[in-house]
Parts: sequence; C-alpha cells; structure tokens
Amino acid sequence: MKNKLSILLTAVILLLIYTGVRLMESGGVLLPYHVQILSLCCINVILVVSLNLINGFTGQFSIGHAGFFAIGAYLSAYLTVKLQVPFVPALICGGILAGITGLAVGLPALRLRGDYLAIATLGFGEIIRVIILNTNAVGGARGFSGIPKYTTFGLAYLTAIITVVAIRNFVSSDYGRACLAVREDEIAAASLGVNSTYFKVLAFSLGAFFAGTAGALFSHYLQYMAPTPSQIGFLKSIDILIMLVLGGLGSITGSIVAAVVLTVLPEFLRGFAEYRMVIYPILLIAVMIYRPAGLLAGREFSLDSLLNLFKGARTRVDHS
Amino acid sequence: MTMLAVEDLNVHYGVIHALKGISFQVKKGEIFTLLGSNGAGKTTTLKALSGLLPKTGGRVFFNGQDVTNTPSHTLPALGLVHVPEGRRIFAGLSVAENLLLGAYHRRDRAEIKADLESVYELFPRLAERRKQDAGSLSGGEQQMLAMGRGLMSKPQLLLLDEPSMGLAPILVEEIFRFIQEINKRSTTILLVEQNVHLALQVSHRACVLETGRIVTAGTAGEIAEDDRIQEIYLGVG
Repeated sequence: MKNKLSILLTAVILLLIYTGVRLMESGGVLLPYHVQILSLCCINVILVVSLNLINGFTGQFSIGHAGFFAIGAYLSAYLTVKLQVPFVPALICGGILAGITGLAVGLPALRLRGDYLAIATLGFGEIIRVIILNTNAVGGARGFSGIPKYTTFGLAYLTAIITVVAIRNFVSSDYGRACLAVREDEIAAASLGVNSTYFKVLAFSLGAFFAGTAGALFSHYLQYMAPTPSQIGFLKSIDILIMLVLGGLGSITGSIVAAVVLTVLPEFLRGFAEYRMVIYPILLIAVMIYRPAGLLAGREFSLDSLLNLFKGARTRVDHS
Repeated sequence: MTMLAVEDLNVHYGVIHALKGISFQVKKGEIFTLLGSNGAGKTTTLKALSGLLPKTGGRVFFNGQDVTNTPSHTLPALGLVHVPEGRRIFAGLSVAENLLLGAYHRRDRAEIKADLESVYELFPRLAERRKQDAGSLSGGEQQMLAMGRGLMSKPQLLLLDEPSMGLAPILVEEIFRFIQEINKRSTTILLVEQNVHLALQVSHRACVLETGRIVTAGTAGEIAEDDRIQEIYLGVG
C-alpha cells in the first residue's frame, strides 16, 4: 500500500522527533546522559528488528545474534583505530563482514531446525567471542580500548530508520512473502517453487548485516569493547531475544517498542538499585502472562491504518 | 498427446523398497487417478514426481523434457504443480497471501491479478474470506484454498493428493465438482484418492497400485468393473 500521504507524514514525524531531541538537548532539558540512552535505544532497535527478520518472519530460531554484533563492533573499531578509516565506511565494512559471516554460517547451519539450529547459532556466537578473546590485535582479554566516540544520536537514529525501512520493505515484498511461506510450511513453500534454503540464508545474512552495523555503532558509542558474555556473548544474544519476544515475533512495530522500553526501563530502575533485578523479570513475566504472543502479537501499527480510521474509510484497501 | 511419462520409477525409504518400478503416462487434458489401499505408494509416487522425495531409479518426462533430477522448487515454473497431502496451507497468512504465494514464480502481474479473480470466481467462499487468516478456515475451505493456490501457479499438470481427506461427505462431492471444473478449464490432473467411487466417476483413466507395483490400468470404466478393485478395497476374495 503505497500511500504517499502516510510516507510524507512518517518522514515529518521522524524529523520532528529528531529536532525535538536536539532542541531539548541544547535547551538543557535532556542531559548528555539521556541522549546517550536514546542512542542506545536506536542501536537496540537495529538489533531487534534485524533479529525479527530471522526469527520472526523467516522462522529460523537463531540465538547467535551477538556474534554478528561483535564482528561489526570489532572490525569497525579496528579500522578506525588502527587504520584511520573514516567511521561510515568502517561501519559499512563491519556490516558487510557480518553479512558474509552470516552467509558462511547460514549455509550449513540452516539445514538444522528448531532446537538444533538454536544450539548451532549459540555455538557460533561463542566461537566468535573466543576468537576475539584470543586475538591480540583487538586487545584480546584486556578488551579493546581507545575507540573514538564517533556515534552520535543523529547517526544512530538515521541507521535505525534505514534498517527499519529496509526490513519493512523486504518483508512486504515478494521476497518477504516467500520468507513467510518458509516459516509457515517449508514443504508447501517448495511445492510452490520457493527455494527455502535460499530465502533462509538470505534473511539470515541480511539480519547479520544489520546486526554488524549495530555493533559498529555500539563500539564507537561505548568506546571500549570487552569480550565478556554480557557484552558480545550469549547473554547479549539473550537480551536481544527477550526484546524480540516481548515485542512480538513478526511485528516490526513491536520490536521497536520493546527495544526502546527495555533499554529505558533498566535506566529508570537504577534508583531502586537492588530491586532492579526483581522488578524487571516481574514485568517480563507479566507481559508473557497477559500478552503471550508479545506486546503487538504480530500486528503492525502504521499511519495508513490510523488515517483510514480518521477517514472512516469503509472501503479497505485491497491487500493485493 | 502425452504430458507426463513415468518410466520404471523406483523409490526407497532406507531399506524399504516403496515403489518397485512403476510406469504410466498421463495424457494432456485428462484426469488420471492413482488408486490403491494405504501404503500402496500413491503419495510416494506424487512426492517423487514433484521432487520432494529422491528417486532411486527410473525416469520422468514432462512435456518431453527430462525432469527426473529437476529440483522441486523449479518445477512449478515448468507447469508441474503439486498440491500436497493434508492441504499444507500457510495458516498464519491471509487467504489472499496464500493465493499470491501460489503465483510466486510468476512475474506477469496483470495476469496474476486476473487469475486471482478467476480463483475467487471458482471458489466464492475464498473471496468472502480473503483477508482472514487461512488457519481460521474450515477443512473444506482449506482444501479449496490449497487447490486455488495450486491454480495460481498456472499449472499444466496439477498433482492432487487426497483432496477429499477428512472432509464431510457433502463437501467431498463439492470438491470433486471443483476438480472437474478445473479440468474443464484445460488443466490436466493427476489425482490420488481413497474415495474410489467418486474418483472413478470424474476421471478418464486410472491405475491401481498395490505395494509399490501397478497391478492394473485402464479407462475409469474398465477399472470400475475390475474384480481386483473389489478385492483391494473391500477385501473380497
């Protein structure tokens, strides 16, 4: 549904959000700390939306997303620190290497299904972490420090928008419909001429590419990378997965909402110090009880539907 | 004119020899039915033809072209479309999305739209439910959707695997009427059925499989008269 009005409106709203943040920043309403959190929100949006493409839309349960994130983070940092490459090309390189790795890992691993694929991707993520841990060029176990602070809110925001638009367009294209068919029933998909391996690997590498760019943004945001499970290992993968499941598999809007909420929430809970790790899981459990399919449960929020609601349009736009 | 020629087809499930060299031909424009009791190898034959199962011997020609080792996902583009057993619709997608996936390999957008309308015209109940999740359809409607999705692939030859399975008798008759209607619209059909009586009524020719071998073949009328049919399906003799 190419509704030009809604595309224009979306662009205006996105621009307003950006200028709003900028104005509040210069006016002192938002402290640098708050803007930092917003940048982190954008990075997490990229991670969750790209994982949604793999887990939610194509139905391939991967829990190795942090591996691609780590590849992007370390490669881009290596390029900017050691080779003085400008940030944006370094970011794209990080994404591309992550995407190529996704291709290399996906071809053999995506023959597996369900639990087995989950274990294989988990193993892949740990392999990446252990390789980084033992590579002196990127600091090894000491961590990679001295990374310049190149990630601004504007850049993170822009990358997040590009990611969301790209994945949304992919999902609503013929390619995306083929991915959905693979998720629903591989045999039926094959009987209609859908090459399931091709689409699984395609979605996997595309998701990996965006995870790599998120990694590049992250390393130049934190300025220090440590090869710990919570930063680039399985705990990170689980964090992304929690956001995805909470937002609802197969809903891009849900991924965005959950990524923002679950990034901001722990910060708010800082004041409660030791209760933080009690409140956070309770909230998660509550969501899983009352919204078992996630906050948005596979549905999307779009301006199109809102505009139609305003118009009271009785003639619903044909899906084809 | 021969559309599908199967020569000495063999399939193994591990050590089990499921199809022991079967040969038959399907002519353009006809409804050809494979009959046989459970485990005779009917579904196996269709799966092997559409490449969902590896063949361990024999050759398959479709419109004169050797398709023995053609990967399954490229067959719909050639015009050979399989509507698998148990319907296998995409439950989480809408009726319209299911149908459009049938046209997945096609790029002729205008014609796809026209074909979508003709499927809706053939199955008006699908038109009413086009926005609905396919999983919320009744069994009969799901079967119509599976057949409609097959038609969207623009098949020359449609392989239908037990379209009447698990449906109420009144719906079964309706499904058979649709099969005849699809055939009249110049689609050749290779049918696998348990409902011998109805299947022989609609088809032109048929053959009977028994534990991986063709035991008898002929026109639908001849098969209906055959004593072996009584034997296989009713356990007489």
